[in-house]
Amino acid sequence: MALQSLDIKQRSATTTPAPQARQTMEIAKLIDVSACIGCKACQVACMEWNDVREEVGHNVGVYDNPTDLTENAWTVMRFTEVEENNKLEWLIRKDGCMHCSDPGCLKSCPAPGAIIQYSNGVVDFHQENCIGCGYCVTGCPFNVPRISKKDNKAYKCTLCSDRLAVNQAPACVKACPTGAIEFGSKEDMKDYAGKRIADLKERGYDKAGLYDPPGVGGTHVMYVLHHADRPGLYAGLPENPSISPLVSLWKGATKPLATFALGLAALGSLFHYVIKGPNEVAREIEEEIEKEDAS
Amino acid sequence: MIRDPKDLPRYNAAERANHWVTGICFILLALSGLAFFHPAFYPLVQLFGGGAWARIIHPYLGVILGIAFVVMFFRFWQLNLINDADREWLTRVGEMIEGNDHNMPEQGKYNAGQKMVFWSMAVCVSALVISGLLMWRAYFNFPVGIVRLAAVVHAAAATIMILVAIVHVYAAIWTKGTIRAMWYGTVTRAWAKQHHRAWYRQMTGK
Repeated sequence: MALQSLDIKQRSATTTPAPQARQTMEIAKLIDVSACIGCKACQVACMEWNDVREEVGHNVGVYDNPTDLTENAWTVMRFTEVEENNKLEWLIRKDGCMHCSDPGCLKSCPAPGAIIQYSNGVVDFHQENCIGCGYCVTGCPFNVPRISKKDNKAYKCTLCSDRLAVNQAPACVKACPTGAIEFGSKEDMKDYAGKRIADLKERGYDKAGLYDPPGVGGTHVMYVLHHADRPGLYAGLPENPSISPLVSLWKGATKPLATFALGLAALGSLFHYVIKGPNEVAREIEEEIEKEDAS
Repeated sequence: MIRDPKDLPRYNAAERANHWVTGICFILLALSGLAFFHPAFYPLVQLFGGGAWARIIHPYLGVILGIAFVVMFFRFWQLNLINDADREWLTRVGEMIEGNDHNMPEQGKYNAGQKMVFWSMAVCVSALVISGLLMWRAYFNFPVGIVRLAAVVHAAAATIMILVAIVHVYAAIWTKGTIRAMWYGTVTRAWAKQHHRAWYRQMTGK
C-alpha cells in the first residue's frame, strides 16, 4: 500500500515530472542465496507484518509452499535441486518483487498513480487507484504481480515501504535467522555482496556473483548467487531481464504518435470541410429528377 | 419534412438497428479504450463510472460489437466485393477528395472508398476481438508473451479502426443527404443518381 510520506520519483500514467527537489538515498535488499536455509521465516514475517494470509494449500511433493506468489503471498521460497561438480546442490531462492529501477509494471500501468516508484527505489502499488486490468502482469519481466480474484486489484511485495518510512528494515530482513537477507543503502549492499562473493570464490564457487540486472536499470532487491553465470538454475531467474520490446513498443513512442494521428484525422476532416465545402447533389441532377416527375 | 414516396430505400430497419448497435458499442469502446491507451484520455473513464468500471465494461462491449459486426458483415459483404470500376475509382480518389466527383466511374450501392472502410473494419474488428480476448484477465490467463503481442496488436488495430471510423463519419457528414439513410433508411433519387449511379439505375430501371 502506497505511503505518501516517502518521496515519489515516478508515477504510472503520468506525463509530467514528479517533484524532484529532494533526493533520498537509494536502498536495496540483498538476498544471499548461499546463506539461505529455506526456513521460510521471511514468508511468515511478510504475511504477519502485512496482515495477509494465504489459504492453507496442499503438499505437492516439493518444499515450495505456497507453490507460487499470490495476492496474499508476496514472497515465496523456490527450491531447486541441481547437480554441480558431482554434488547435489539445493538452491533456495526467495522470490518476490525485484523493485526494478526501470519497472515494466509502472511503464505498462494505464491508471494514474496506481503504481509509484519512490526516490529510494521502491516500487509500490496503490490499490486505491488500481483498476484491475492486469497490464502490470503483462509488463513485468519477473512475473511478480498477482491480481486478486476477490477484489481484482494487483498485489506484490512493497519492500515494507511503510516500515521504511519510519526507518525500519523490511519484515523479512528482521526475521531471517542466518543473515541471508540484508538491508541498507544500495551502495552498502553492493559492498557487502562483494565480500560475500569473495568468500564464495575462495570456497570454490568461482562463478559467484551479484545479480543486479542492468537490463532493468538495476534492481533494489539483489541476489548473491553461487552460479551467477547461470541465474536460470535458480527456479528460472531470468538471465538478462529487460522490459520486453513489445511492451516498449506498446507503451513507448507509439502512444503519442497514434494520438497525434487521431488528432490529425479529426482536424483534417474539419478543415477539409471548411476548405472544400460539402459534397452536395448537383443542381442539374435535382432538376433532371424534378423534370421526370413533372412529365 | 414530408418524405417523398419516390425516395429510394437504402437500409431496412434491421440493417439500421444492426449498424447502430455496432456504432454505439464502437463509440463506447473507443472512449474507454483511449482512456487506457494514453494518460491524456484517462479522464474519459468518468463516463463509465471510474477506471475499474471502464475496465470491467470494455471487454463485454467488445463481445457485443464482435457479434453485431459479424451479423453486419454477412449482410453486406457481397455488396463490398472490389471490381474494376472500384480500382479505377481508387486510382482517381484525389478528384473525389477535391470535391470533383463528376467524372468518377459509376458506383454501385457502395463506392470503392466505402468498400475499403468495410474491409478495413472487418480486419480491425477481427484483430481486436482476438487480441482483446487474449488480454481479458478476468477470464483468461494466457502466456505473457502472447498477451504482450496481443496488447500491441490491440492498440495498433484500435488506432487504425478509429482513424477509419473518423473517415467513415466524416464522409457521411461531408456528402449531404447521406446520414438519413442510416436514420430512417431512405435517400433521394437525386442523391443516388449523383453518388451511386449504377445503384440508381438498378433501383429505378433508368
